[in-house]
Amino acid sequence: MSPSAAINQLADDFALFSDWEDKYAYIIDLGKHLRPYPEQYRTDEFKVRGCQSQVWLHPHVEGNTVHFDADSDAVIVRGLIALLMRVYDGATAKEILDTPTDFVRTLGLADHLSQNRANGLAAMLKQIHLYALAVQSRLESASS
Amino acid sequence: MTTTSTYDVHTVRAAFPILQRTVHGGKPLVYLDHAATAQKPQAVLDAIGHYYRTTNSNVHRGAHALSAEATAAFEDARAVIAGYVGAARNEEIVFTSGTTDGLNLLAATVLTSAQPGDEILLTEMEHHANIVPWQMVAQQRGLAIRVVPVRDDGTISVDDVASLLTERTKVFACAHVSNVLGTINPIAEWSALCQANGTRCIVDGAQAIQHCSVDVQALGCDAYVFSAHKLFGPTGFGVLWARYDFLDALPPYRGGGAMIDRVTFSGTTFNAIPMRFEAGTPHIEGAIGTAAAIRWLQEIDTTERIAHEDDLLRHTTAAMTAMDGLTILGTASHKVGIISFVVDGIHASDIGTLLDNMGIAIRAGHHCTQPLHQRFGIDASARASFALTSTREEADMFVEGLAKAIRMLR
Ligand SMILES: Cc1ncc(COP(=O)(O)O)c(C=O)c1O
Repeated sequence: MSPSAAINQLADDFALFSDWEDKYAYIIDLGKHLRPYPEQYRTDEFKVRGCQSQVWLHPHVEGNTVHFDADSDAVIVRGLIALLMRVYDGATAKEILDTPTDFVRTLGLADHLSQNRANGLAAMLKQIHLYALAVQSRLESASS
Repeated sequence: MTTTSTYDVHTVRAAFPILQRTVHGGKPLVYLDHAATAQKPQAVLDAIGHYYRTTNSNVHRGAHALSAEATAAFEDARAVIAGYVGAARNEEIVFTSGTTDGLNLLAATVLTSAQPGDEILLTEMEHHANIVPWQMVAQQRGLAIRVVPVRDDGTISVDDVASLLTERTKVFACAHVSNVLGTINPIAEWSALCQANGTRCIVDGAQAIQHCSVDVQALGCDAYVFSAHKLFGPTGFGVLWARYDFLDALPPYRGGGAMIDRVTFSGTTFNAIPMRFEAGTPHIEGAIGTAAAIRWLQEIDTTERIAHEDDLLRHTTAAMTAMDGLTILGTASHKVGIISFVVDGIHASDIGTLLDNMGIAIRAGHHCTQPLHQRFGIDASARASFALTSTREEADMFVEGLAKAIRMLR
């Protein structure tokens, strides 16, 4: 699924929640079922700075798509990671760069997750975009 | 609270416009983050507004009516602050930008004649602001840092302090009240030990100033620092009190205008204290706002407000102690209304996020005390902190909200 299709899907899912509690119950549940993080990448090198909780993010390229492993010791952050993965995991670098990050706000996440700066959502988004930018510029310089 | 108390929390609370607001779509704000910063009563907002509307001018400089009025208000603030903490003279009060600034000033000036191998004694419960400046000077001068351990209940043994004070200990820098544990340390006892040992006792009063009645003479320390923003005053302003002879012997810290006596390119002579430590245009409305905060606070009976906060602390602690898997950090019998805690298997930031959605503001993280958290074997904790404006209803909303957050996260 492309990032924009994933965002539409998420928007549909989120439209079903009538209050913050349902939304959070869902995010917490996603967090509890996040796919396991490869232990060899649980190092300082892959730590995302600027979060209240600890967050690790290991981006890598497989073929021509970008993939992410990520983890946190806070379950809500893990749930947010699961949401970001739905949008970005397996997309091409160009798709990632073409996806505006304002979906976080349109989903009503920034609204309720007023701590989104503290919980590292913004920092993770930035890391993902920087990684995609690096991959894309490598691709472009290889083809020029 | 005793039955004879006339303390009316709702009247006190009504003085704070911000406490009337709602968050997250109409939820009443339950502000339990007073340890991070206190809110401001109308009297403080009025004093600052009035200063800018009527008096704004640079102090100690221009020979005109506004400057004279501004200088008078500024120096009146110094007298109010000096009186509030029990300073012997107004000159013992140095205006700073906050606790952090005061501690940096002391760290940079107190140890100028220390020899390599001399020691600085800290406690394990210090805020980073009372660790890092000392580490910086220790590194520059080859000094050693020693640390008094914290016991499981969040207190410090006076015997440990005594045994760690050596003939080489030049400074003991310690918190009056811990911003995590809430423990009120026996500063008078520690000061006496320091005095007998020829050690300077420097106290970080950041957390105590809002909750305790501070009398530097009774405490017997050499210096005491705090931030105005934790005393219902403005941000960016703070106070350093130091005993006259001690302060007068310290070298200048920052150079610039106002701190000099006479400047030539071949050399400069420095102003008398406290001006020697107040280079540049000061935070004038900071001083005026702080004096207004103190005057406002002095209208309230100290014993009654402390009893009110103590009641909230005990009431909330009792309810939290009954919660499954919850551990309170700091259970000293002598503590202020700060409750830090951890819950088995749940991250503090998750608790903070869910409570925030209920309109309840607490803090989650290491609270600038990483060594203390390491001592308890944790990375982070959640912290609720009360003030004299907090109510039993708020305490109950917090306890119920916390129970709900834990249910959602388990
Ligand atoms: C015990 C303690 N010391 C120092 C500080 C630093 O105060 P400021 O940031 O106002 O300089 C704080 C503030 O959180 C504190 O709680």
